[in-house]
This record gives sequence, structure tokens and C-alpha cells, in this order.
Amino acid sequence: MELHDLWFGLIAVLFVGYFVLEGFDFGVGMLLPVLGRDNTGRRVLINTIGPVWDGNEVWVITAGGAMFAAFPEWYATLFSGFYLPLLLILAALIVRGVAFEYRGKRPEPVWQARWDKAIFFGSLIPAVLWGVVFGNIVRGVRLDAAHEYAGTQMDLLNPYALLGGLTTLVLFVTHGAIFVALKTTGDIRARANRLAFRAGLGAGVVAVAFLAWTFAQRASTLSVVFGVIAVLGLAAGLVANRAGREGWAFVGTATAIALAVAALFAGLYPNVLPSTPAEANSLTVTNASSTPYTLRIMSWVALVFTPLVLLYQGWTYWVFRKRLSPTHIPH
Amino acid sequence: MDATELARWQFGITTVYHFLFVPLTIGMAFMVAAFQTAWVRTGDEKWLRLTKFYGKLFLINFAMGVVTGIVQEFQFGMNWSTYSRFVGDIFGAPLAIEALLAFFLESTFLGLWIFGWDRLPKRVHLACLWIAAVGTVLSAFFILAANSWMQNPVGFRYNPDKGRAELTDFWAVLTNKVNLITVPHTVAGAFLAAGGLVTAVALWHLRRQSADTAAYRSALKVGAWTTLAAMGALLFTGDIQGKIMTQVQPMKMAAAEGLYETQSPAPFSVLTIGTLDGSRPVYQIEIPGLLSWLGTGDWDGTVHGINDLRAEYVAKYGEGSYTPIIPVTYWTFRLMIGFGAAAALIALWALWAMRRDRYGPWLARAALALPLLPLAANTTGWVFTEMGRQPWIVFGQMLTAEAASPSVAAADVATSLAVFSVLYGVLAVVEVGLLVRFARAGTPEIKEPQQPEQLAFAY
Ligand code: HDD
Ligand code: HEM
Ligand code: HEM
Repeated sequence: MELHDLWFGLIAVLFVGYFVLEGFDFGVGMLLPVLGRDNTGRRVLINTIGPVWDGNEVWVITAGGAMFAAFPEWYATLFSGFYLPLLLILAALIVRGVAFEYRGKRPEPVWQARWDKAIFFGSLIPAVLWGVVFGNIVRGVRLDAAHEYAGTQMDLLNPYALLGGLTTLVLFVTHGAIFVALKTTGDIRARANRLAFRAGLGAGVVAVAFLAWTFAQRASTLSVVFGVIAVLGLAAGLVANRAGREGWAFVGTATAIALAVAALFAGLYPNVLPSTPAEANSLTVTNASSTPYTLRIMSWVALVFTPLVLLYQGWTYWVFRKRLSPTHIPH
Repeated sequence: MDATELARWQFGITTVYHFLFVPLTIGMAFMVAAFQTAWVRTGDEKWLRLTKFYGKLFLINFAMGVVTGIVQEFQFGMNWSTYSRFVGDIFGAPLAIEALLAFFLESTFLGLWIFGWDRLPKRVHLACLWIAAVGTVLSAFFILAANSWMQNPVGFRYNPDKGRAELTDFWAVLTNKVNLITVPHTVAGAFLAAGGLVTAVALWHLRRQSADTAAYRSALKVGAWTTLAAMGALLFTGDIQGKIMTQVQPMKMAAAEGLYETQSPAPFSVLTIGTLDGSRPVYQIEIPGLLSWLGTGDWDGTVHGINDLRAEYVAKYGEGSYTPIIPVTYWTFRLMIGFGAAAALIALWALWAMRRDRYGPWLARAALALPLLPLAANTTGWVFTEMGRQPWIVFGQMLTAEAASPSVAAADVATSLAVFSVLYGVLAVVEVGLLVRFARAGTPEIKEPQQPEQLAFAY
């Protein structure tokens, strides 16, 4: 294995981390109008992710930075090619981040209702568009000989990629509902548990369809294995949910998301951005990568600091492990 | 306008906007941490009230810093893909390391600080804020290493087969002499901004004779002395920066001064009006020898003029204009210093007024400008540094005109420029409104939670 293979794997890990973690906080954001019946209920929901959403978001910042450093060609082509979806994702993340912080800063119901909308759409839009983006990466896009994106923005809205968007959407809703069930007590918890099951069944159907279509286009043994584990993880999560084992249910949906993302990356390898129809123009781990010297430095940094990050982020979840209920919310 | 020009406008607008929040985040993190440390050490509750009060202002600002930062990171790939391909091997590493080392620290430990009031032991809770504060400086170090490489490319070689710059010495990139001086200068600028905000808000309450005078007096003292110390540090580091700039980017120094002909000794111009084509001055007021001293440390040193340097660059890099826009570099350089100095003077005035406990109407007016002046100085400083580098995007290696994304249509860039401008405009109004609201509300009463289970802080 060469260093660029390692970095392909590390970038996959960063995206796995991002989708597993921000996946549930996108889910909580989208469930705000559904599970949060009154203002206190909505505040309970927001506070379940309050201490962690920003740390979760840094996973994608790191993934983007790592792409830039390890595969500049991939970063350049992808970010300039997928211009409009990324613009929308950015706008959504801006509005959403500010909304968490500013919502409670004024008492007027109109003010809070507006920020609630911002949280809802700010979570919904990236939840769908990340699926669309990854669908297109796996499917391949039109690249020219200079590796520049040669398609149009409308090309990105093909049926396969849209199904990818639907998949991330329903998976994140399920994951979010299961997280809420795990972090709250009382009425919200009961409703979240019921909703998680129904959403999870839907997610199962959509995810199986998406993975099957994925494997029809691009598959390796490893990616199929990952895909199967992902589906089993989701099924196990739903069984645990029925059995009232919320912790295990969360492990189940986390596994499902992690392995589904891993399946996409495994299917992609050794490409990083395949070109269709002109296969020869594909970006691969070799032709898109940085020099071995840069990769070596980055590897040392990652080796030392990634475990540290995992350690203190894990500690945060431990510190805030208590369940929340309306009685915890100050007036 | 073509795509490159639109992308430049977008970069300028979004980066300047990001950097309105950055200095306050860096400086306020330390100041709030200092207040909280004073509380933990002395047990005097006025420090706790100040921690919570300024902590709110800090968080309102921090949220904006975070969300505008993500745009910065994506933007290189979206609008500047040719640039990203060219520099990725070098430039990407500090960016990725910044995220891994600094952003995780900042976001995680600030989350712990905000929500951890009743969940963590006092000292651990305080340590969280200090760790986040250290994170902000780490983040500045790495991003400025990336930026300094664009000003003074070191530790690399050009690979003609791949048509890109490749890293040969990472240590050289981190210890780039431009970076080593830019970091303290920029961090000092951040303290000027935070000191100014703390002072101005405290002064406003003292003049209104709000309750809690003792706390505001302490805040004013800490804020004003921070502002003054920061200005001292800015003078000191800025002076060194000028000398380094004269070595590595002589054109920028000449442009900062509107110095058209090489001179030894060279005078410092207080006011210059040049011809429209920027080839010679029409009217000047000068201090003899000062520029020589600023640029070289010798009152008789030689400072190269714009016309000579231009000829030299044409011989080296081929036909082209290698001159930045002189009025912009000339004025932003002076305004940077002027705005900063004005802030320091107002802080001094505030300290003086507090000794006699008399806050006149003129001081009150000046206090309104006090939080804005350091931000204006920071902005003009960056515009000077970045515009003074033009037409290069990477000095001596790549022109800005060659750096944009070939696959992105001007209409797409225009769309994103419009989206960000509108969004940022609206958010600016919202955030200033909130800052003013919370600044006016004054220090909070410290009360015990109504019920034992209740969160001390919740969204
Ligand atoms: C001198 C310091 C400095 C400079 C020049 C920049 N930034 Fe910045 N940035 C910070 C100092 C900082 C900070 C102090 O660390 C911030 C401000 C608010 C915050 O949360 O962290 C931040 C936030 C921030 C974030 C969000 C982090 C999070 O989610 O917690 C990103 C992705 C960036 N920045 C990226 C950039 C890029 C790509 C820049 C170059 C154009 C840039 N910043 C200029
Ligand atoms: C945060 C403080 C910064 C400010 C206020 C700032 C400001 C600016 C401005 C005003 C321009 C436009 C110049 C022009 O178009 O003539 C510019 C250009 C640019 N700056 Fe910075 N800059 C900052 C930091 C950085 C950093 C840290 C980097 C890199 C890591 C960077 C990279 C660039 C690039 C790539 C351009 C090219 C686009 C262009 O020339 O318009 N800047 N910057
Ligand atoms: C008092 C005398 C000052 C001097 C002599 C001075 C000098 C300089 C110089 C020479 C540069 C350009 C560096 C380069 O492009 O290579 C610069 C940049 C800058 N200045 Fe100042 N400065 C002073 C005051 C201030 C003040 C008061 C502030 C803000 C509060 C400030 C903020 C900045 C910023 C943010 C930059 C851009 C980043 C950088 O290159 O460090 N400066 N300054």
C-alpha cells in the first residue's frame, strides 16, 4: 500500500465520521417541527445537539482540507464542478449555524419561529445535497482531458444521484429520531421512538434500492460486503428500537450510515472521480495525489492528532450523557 | 465582468467579512478567559458577572466567525481551481492541519464551556475556555502560514511535468520569516479589537451610571490597557514587517509609499497625489530619510522605486504590469496605522476620564467609534497586504489572472457572489442588533437555578 491509498482511506474515514455525527444533528434539525410540539419541546431538541453540532461540522472541514492537501486535483475538480450544490450547502450551513446560536437570544415567538425554519431548511438541504454529491462522485461525471468538469449543473440532477439524496435524507431522519430517543425522556422520547421505526422502514427500502443500483454500476467485493453490513446494521437498529434498547438502536443506525459511506468509497477505489464516458480522463488516487513528501508529513500529523481528537470528542459525549426533558430547560 | 473579476470580488468580500469576526474571536476568547480566571482565583463575583456578560458578546460573534469560515475553505476549490491545482501540494497541508489541530479544539472545547457550567468542576470548566483560546491562535498560525507562502514562497520547487509547485521543506513553510512576523502582528491586531470592544462597552455603562460600577471599572481598566499594549505590539511587529517586506516584496513597499524613483536616503511621504496612470507624483509632503529607516533600518538606506522595479520585473518575468493599484496600497497602509492609533488614543482618554470619574459627551461619541476602529484597521491591513501583492496570487510564481476555475461560468460566480452578499448583509444587521441589545442589557445577576436539575445554560 502506498501513502495515497492510505489517504484515500483517511478521507473516507473523515466522511464516515462526518455523516455519522452530523447525520444525527441534521436529523434532529429536520425533526424540529415534527417532534417539537411547543417551544419548550423544540428547545429540548436543540439542546440535545447544542454542545456537539459544531464539533461534528468540523469533520467536513477537515475532510475538505485533507482532500485539498492529499488530492489537490480531486479537490479542485470536485469543488469547481459541483458548484451550485456546494453553494447551496454552504448557504444552508451558514443559516443553520447562526440559527442555533441566535434563536434563544430574543423572546419574541416570531423571531424564534423564523430561526426554527432556518434550522429545518438548513438541515434538510445539506442532508439531501450531500447524497446527490456522493451519488455523482460514484456514478462518474463528464471530465475533459485536463480533468476539468465538462458537464452542466443540471447533469448533476440525474435520477441515480437524486435517489442518493433521498437515501441520505431518510437515513439521517431515522438516525436523528433514534438520537432524540436516546437523549430525552418522557413524551418526546416515546414519540421519537415510534417515528424512528416508521422512518427506518422507509430508509431500509430506499437504501437497499440505492445500494443495489450502485453495485450495478460500480462494485467490488469489499463494497458489497460493506453494503450488506450496512443494511443488516439498519435492520438490527430497528429491532433494537422495537425492543426499547435505544443505545443499541443508535449503534445500528450509526453502523448503517458508516458502512454505506464506506461501501461508496470502496466501490470508487482506485478512482476518486471517475469520468464518463471518456474513462481515460478519470481522476484516480495516483494522478490526483500530492507528492509522497507532503503525504508523509500529513500522515504523521494525522497519526498523532486524530486519536487525540477522538478522545476529547468522545469525552464531550460522556460529559453531556444525561437525558434532557422539558424540566431541564430554564425559562 | 469576467469570472475572474467576479471571483476576486467574492473572495475580497467574503474574506474581509470573515475577518471582522476573527479578531474579536481570538482576542475575546483570551479576555473572557482572563475574567473567569480572576473569578476562580479571587472568588469576587464581579468577575463572574463580567465573564458571563462579555462571554455572551463573544459567542454572538463566534457563531458568525464559524459559519463564514466554511465558505473560505470551500472557495479555493470552487472559484480558484487552477490555483488549487498549482499550490495544493503545499497550501493544502497547513489548511488541513489547521482543521485537525485547531478547529476541533475550538469547537469542542467551546461547546464544553458553553454547556458545561453545571456539568464540570470549576477549574476544568475554566481550562476548556483556555484550550479554546489556544485553539484560535493555532488556527491563526496555520492559516497565516498558508497566506505567508503566497506572499513569500519558500520550501518548494516547480515541477514542469506536472505544472505545479511541490513541497520540499515543510519546516521552511512554517517558519517562513513572513509568517513568523505576520502571526504576532495579526494576533496583536486581534487584541486591539477585543480591548476596544471591552473598553467601549464598559465606558458606555459607566457614563450611564448603570448599576455594577465596580465591575465596569475593572473591565474598562483591563480593556484599555489591553488596547494600549496591543498598539505597542503592533508598532513593534509592524516595523519588523516593513523591513521584511522591503526584502521579499520591494514593490509592495514602494507602492505603500508611492515612491516612484529609487532613492537613498528615501523620505516617508505623509501625503502624495500621483498622476492618473500612476507613473509619477504630482504633489508630496515628506519626512526625509524616514522611509529608508522603516524599510532598511538605516537612515541612508536605498529604497527601490516603482519605475525601477517595474523594469526589473519585466526583464525577469516578461511583458506585463507588475504594479499594484497605488492609491489603494498607499491609503490602506496609512489608514491601518491611523485607525489603530486612534483606537489607542481613545483608550488612553477613557483611562484618564475614569481616574476622575467624569465621562464627557465627546468621550461618549469617541467610545462609539472605539469598537469599530480596530476592525477598520485590521481590514485595511489585509487589503493592503493582499492588494499590494497583486498582480500575483503567489508572488513571482502565479498571476491572479491565471488562477480562476476554467469550468465555472461567470453567471455561476455572479450567482454565488449575490447569494453571499445578500446573506452576509442580512446577517450583519441581525448580529449587530444582537450585540447592541446584549451590550446594553449590562452584566447579568447571578442566580441559582430554580430547580436542581435545570441547565445553567441552554439554547
Ligand atoms: C488570523 C486568523 C485567521 C485567518 C486569516 C482566517 N481565519 Fe478562519 N478562523 C479563524 C482564524 C482565521 C478563527 C479565529 O479560528 C475562527 C474565527 C471564528 C472561529 O470560530 O474560529 C475561524 C473560523 C474558520 C472556520 C470554521 C471553523 C469551525 O467550524 O469551527 C473555517 C473553515 C475557516 N476559518 C477557514 C479559513 C480560511 C480557509 C481562511 C483563509 C482565507 C481563513 N479561515 C482566514
Ligand atoms: C483574513 C484575512 C484576509 C483578508 C481580509 C484578505 C483580503 C483579500 C482581498 C481584499 C483580496 C482581493 C485582492 C484583489 O482582488 O486585488 C484577497 C485576495 C486573495 N487572498 Fe486574501 N485576505 C485574507 C487572508 C487570506 C488568507 C489567509 C489567504 C490564504 C490562505 C488568502 C488568499 C487569497 C487569495 C487566494 C486571493 C486571490 C483572489 C484575489 O486576488 O482576488 N487571503 N484577499
Ligand atoms: C502602527 C504601526 C503599524 C505598522 C508599521 C504596520 C505595518 C504593517 C505592514 C508592513 C503590513 C504588511 C505586511 C506584508 O504585506 O508583508 C501590515 C499588515 C497588516 N496589519 Fe499592520 N501595521 C501597523 C498597525 C496595525 C494596526 C493598528 C492593525 C490592526 C489593528 C494592523 C493590522 C494589520 C493586518 C491585519 C495586516 C495584514 C496581515 C499581515 O500581513 O500581518 N496593523 N502591517
